Amino acid sequence: MSTSLSNTSTVRAGRWVYGASVALLCAWVLVPIYLLLVNTLSSPAAVSGFPKSFVPEFDTASLEFFAGFSGMVSALINSIYVAAITMVLSIVIGAPAGYALSRFDFKGKELFRLLILLTRAFPLPLLALPLTVMFIQVGLDDTIFGLALVHTTLAIPFAVLITFSLFSGIPVELEEASWTLGCTRLTGFRYVVLPLILPGITASAIFAFVISWNEVFAAAVLTIENRTLTAFLLQNLDTSPLHLKFAGGFILVVPALVFIFAVRKYLFAMWGIANR
Amino acid sequence: MNSNRLPYLLILPVTLFLCLFFLYPFFQVAGQAFTNDQGLTLANFERVFSDWKFPISLKNTLLLAAAVVPVQLALALLMATMVNRMKKGRDIVLYIWTIPLGISDLAAGIIWLAIFEQSGFLNSMMHSLGMIDRPTSLLSYKSMGMVFLAIALAEIWRATAIMLVILVAGIGLIPKEYYEAAEVFGASPWKRFTRITLPLLRPSLQTALVLRVILAFEIFAVVAALGGTLFPVLMGETYSYQFDLLDSGSAAAIALVILGISIAFTLVILRALRVPKGAQI
Repeated sequence: MSTSLSNTSTVRAGRWVYGASVALLCAWVLVPIYLLLVNTLSSPAAVSGFPKSFVPEFDTASLEFFAGFSGMVSALINSIYVAAITMVLSIVIGAPAGYALSRFDFKGKELFRLLILLTRAFPLPLLALPLTVMFIQVGLDDTIFGLALVHTTLAIPFAVLITFSLFSGIPVELEEASWTLGCTRLTGFRYVVLPLILPGITASAIFAFVISWNEVFAAAVLTIENRTLTAFLLQNLDTSPLHLKFAGGFILVVPALVFIFAVRKYLFAMWGIANR
Repeated sequence: MNSNRLPYLLILPVTLFLCLFFLYPFFQVAGQAFTNDQGLTLANFERVFSDWKFPISLKNTLLLAAAVVPVQLALALLMATMVNRMKKGRDIVLYIWTIPLGISDLAAGIIWLAIFEQSGFLNSMMHSLGMIDRPTSLLSYKSMGMVFLAIALAEIWRATAIMLVILVAGIGLIPKEYYEAAEVFGASPWKRFTRITLPLLRPSLQTALVLRVILAFEIFAVVAALGGTLFPVLMGETYSYQFDLLDSGSAAAIALVILGISIAFTLVILRALRVPKGAQI
């Protein structure tokens, strides 16, 4: 880089390499999803035919087969129910703790944080194994609610840490000001903190939904009759035809695309403090 | 309300919930692993360890983690630094790169099955390039290397995003002044990366690695979709003990092995990337 001429050409080459790598990495993520889309929108015959076209036929036969496959629709509905219950439970139970962590210094706070962090150092789905026994004892075996409880265990550490970081982002002075103006802790929370925090809470709720929607192992262990979509697909992997797998995979992916788009602004804020 | 008691009241639901659904099942799984009809025993472990599939599934799980995690770390670091200096289009690129974050391992397995299966897109592409005449089965016992590659690619594709998010958030916390100062003193981009970004990113690297390594030992559905029974892994063995063999004692024993490996690696990572007190930003 002795002359300015070679300098500008290096910079230009560098910029080109940079742009190309960004494009390449985008393609690396998007092309496999596109290929799944091609398979989903092709007729069953085309899905198992060869060579395969890289352009979809826009044939809905595979999706219709999926919708008509016995047990599939109820599995889809089960998945939505489980994820919805998980979403509500993890926020209702987790958010108060997040608030406590951000606003109070109390004895045992470190111990509590350790408990939360500990859960992240464990392969949690494994805990579904002993829970099968416990659920049979209390009559929760093979129920949507029982599975939602296990998924809540997966989602709750995230809910606590994310809400902790969200609450920490709201100055405590705002709350204190509301108290001097005659609010109690509860009304101050309701009228000052809650409106500010709501979008973030929604984002972490969506995150909990996705965690549950995607979970395979615990769902497969804990449900037999009331399978969720992931459990149903897993159970039928050996026997189901290709087009059914691809349509099922596609149905699994769609909400993920939408949800990540919805929470994209919060993903980084959520992880920024949550990983401390 | 007494504000001394309020914080305890607020953390009570989570604490109760985690005791019931995290600590209690954890002790139960340990109990199941060490007992059978006759009482306290190591029989479950003996049965698991003497199973011919155990060494293979242990080897497969560890090999996959060893192949996948370093690639993911490098890729996530590369992507995070690229995003960091991006001015235009940062939002859309970040969205695209984080899409796999929301995709389940089962769906990722199915996606890569579309590419690697016999009539899949890889064979179709090689056919149209004239490299092969007829589609060959890529995912069979005759081509275990290909099975491994397919599973590793699917894992890298799916789970790099979680590391990316953690690292991007971490890089965002590094004060810009450090970079400006380094530039004034003529540090090259590579120097800036190794001397500023990497050391200050240690807490995030720690989190990202712990999370990722633990998830790597839990690999299950990707393997089930792509390798089926060809490629046994620990989590799959747990599942088949529980379901196909209805032997929950042995399932619990393998579960404890996975737990043990996860904890050991977590401790190693925490130790290796320790952040000295006072050196935190």
